[in-house]
Amino acid sequence: MALLQIAEPGMSTAPHEHRLAVGIDLGTTNSLVAAVVSGSARVLVDHQGRPLLPSVVRYDARGVNAVGDAAAAQAVVDPANTIVSVKRFMGRGLDDVRKAAGGAALPYEFVDAPGMLRIRTRAGDKSPVEVSADILAVLRARAEETLGGQLMGAVVTVPAYFDDAQRQATKDAARLAGLEVLRLINEPTAAAIAYGLDNAAEGVYAVYDLGGGTFDISILRLSKGVFEVMSTGGDSALGGDDFDAALAEWAAREARLGGVHGALRRRLLVEARQAKERLTELESTFFNVPLADGQVLALHVTRKMFEALTEPLLKKTLVATRKALRDAALAAADVKGVVLVGGSTRMPQVRQALRLLFAREPLTDLNPDEVVALGAAMQANLLAGNRGGDDDWLLLDVIPLSLGLETMGGLTERVIPRNSTIPVARAQEFTTFRDGQTAMAIHVVQGERDLVADCRSLARFELRGIPPMVAGAARIVVTFQVDADGLLSVSAEEKTTGVKAQIAVKPSYGLADDEVARMLAESFERAADDLKARALREQQVEAEQIIAATRAALAADGDLLDPGERGAIAALVERLAACAAGDDHLAIKAAIADLNHGTGEFAARRMDRSVKAVLAGRTLDEIGT
Amino acid sequence: MNPRSHFELLGLAPAFAIDAGALERAYRDLQNRVHPDRHAGATAADKRAAMQWSVRANEAFSTLKDPLRRAAHLLELRGVDLGRESNTAMEPGFLAAQMEWREAAEDARAARNLGALEELRARLRDDRRTRHERLGALLDAGADQPAAEAVRQLMFLDRLEAEIGDAIAVLEDA
Repeated sequence: MALLQIAEPGMSTAPHEHRLAVGIDLGTTNSLVAAVVSGSARVLVDHQGRPLLPSVVRYDARGVNAVGDAAAAQAVVDPANTIVSVKRFMGRGLDDVRKAAGGAALPYEFVDAPGMLRIRTRAGDKSPVEVSADILAVLRARAEETLGGQLMGAVVTVPAYFDDAQRQATKDAARLAGLEVLRLINEPTAAAIAYGLDNAAEGVYAVYDLGGGTFDISILRLSKGVFEVMSTGGDSALGGDDFDAALAEWAAREARLGGVHGALRRRLLVEARQAKERLTELESTFFNVPLADGQVLALHVTRKMFEALTEPLLKKTLVATRKALRDAALAAADVKGVVLVGGSTRMPQVRQALRLLFAREPLTDLNPDEVVALGAAMQANLLAGNRGGDDDWLLLDVIPLSLGLETMGGLTERVIPRNSTIPVARAQEFTTFRDGQTAMAIHVVQGERDLVADCRSLARFELRGIPPMVAGAARIVVTFQVDADGLLSVSAEEKTTGVKAQIAVKPSYGLADDEVARMLAESFERAADDLKARALREQQVEAEQIIAATRAALAADGDLLDPGERGAIAALVERLAACAAGDDHLAIKAAIADLNHGTGEFAARRMDRSVKAVLAGRTLDEIGT
Repeated sequence: MNPRSHFELLGLAPAFAIDAGALERAYRDLQNRVHPDRHAGATAADKRAAMQWSVRANEAFSTLKDPLRRAAHLLELRGVDLGRESNTAMEPGFLAAQMEWREAAEDARAARNLGALEELRARLRDDRRTRHERLGALLDAGADQPAAEAVRQLMFLDRLEAEIGDAIAVLEDA
């Protein structure tokens, strides 16, 4: 153990009020918001006491008509304008969705758009990001009302198997809903936090998370307050919805229904879900099929039939589970507990299959619908700096899919392998193919396959201005960086000539920054004053935080600066404080940027000191033992 | 502070033999200090610095916990070029043994013989353990060139083991 106790940089040295931060589980079927209140995490409920917000948005000509239960009630009546399971379309193009549907009718009128599709509604063409933002806005309002103040930020969960496009889309949706994203964390990891902290768990755990539309499996090692993800796997287009669809298709065949579209399709899916849920308790039930003549045909369905119909889906999850174990270099017997997450893990065949694979009873003491939101709330509380002395932990998560580049012949060159712990950065060197080549096309892909065509394309950009040289003489270094949210940025540079042609890309799918800005502006048009007030308040909150953090840093590590440097930083702090007292949010923003810029060198020196303290503590410790 | 090696960053002696527990403790101590989650409320400058150190900590840990990458790092520190791409000249005896392993693996895969594949993998792992011991002795003795050769051979074997693992996975998941 460390011998010296040193306050952590940037946090906890300055006393402060409790900061409001929430965890949000933005689910395919249901969404939840949770917060740590008086030391324990709980899910925040709506006026009717309901914890789950169905992830359903209905639009009318004026815009959002209803979100949640009220919208879900209209799904059968107004299927085209009532968007359910929008999470399946996040970060996806029309081609992806067509492929996933496998020839089946698409549920909405989609509009193709570069990067991500749009859904045509009475309120106009909606990006999945906008629909998700409408759900998040309801949760934000619920949280602010319940907690009695403006949120400083949120931890939003994503399926561990989400790729970069899907993660970026989720972060954009949160921004659009006016939420500051403290961190995106993986759903199974969030569940592990909730479970692990509640049970003081140690050892290797598997988190099997079968939600409405996504499946994740994560293998984690819990040890002395560290949650280390060893491997993760899954399928971001496989969930309870697919079990419903399999049953609905069977019913349509049995009842000899012709074309199944629109309202009928939605109705069959609702019936299928209800029958599925009944089969959790019962050995058999009836599936009510509405017929064209207005009559209802009651089909008898047994649990065995349902299990046979959905066996290929379950098998897919087991294949992914075994792969995750192999990636972690572990056997099923090494796993100390299997945590179940997601409403779909209530299906008896899921539990039975896991019992067989792991030879132990799965853990179900936490509500599988709530465990992700609870873990996210705990992490939000930690990141907001509200934790107490002993109440501390660290998450070490991984990227789910390899990141690479296209090389000659359409082959993938892996730069960062899957299951690398984040944050991570890797550089790879490339060279030119032709004499005198002055530009190079860089194509960033994600996936495990050798052929680029089988991987997901994330971004294309060109490095220009390479001085003409003979083929093979240029040294182009491409650097991939994945941050703690699991988001990628890429830069490229030609090294030999000192000519620094450099470009940072944000992957080209989804929404460009100006597009998000435009949507934000549109959503505030109806309340222009609201926009200004909110922007001001946000900047003021950020200014307060940065001033507190900087003052704490000066108090703890001011000796790293000479008097001149110290004075310069103090002056920047004073100027920011003066701006923050005014009402010009742009001036505050500029002063924040100045302070951030002015403290770069100080931050680097403080991190150095911090690293040295770790080394020193260890050396003393090892001598002591 | 600018550590010249992954060993230095984690405060460990630069040697092939490593105490896995000490490595893990050192990594966790460092991440506990530098991980971006530890600086969530900090200034943008702090966050950037934290991210850079956290990346280095991950790189150091992933390199040192893998025996082959650890050996390659040691050799690199001693100025030995492993020549992964250019230097493909391999000892003929090793190449012949390689071919035999590969054929056996291919036959077992074609015959869908799970037992044979698993036995092959077990033998491969035993062989690797012996080779790791030899590699450690070579590195400790400062026999850098023979060590580099041993590393190159082990890279071949690792690839072969991965292929056998893939074949086993295909059979298990069928």
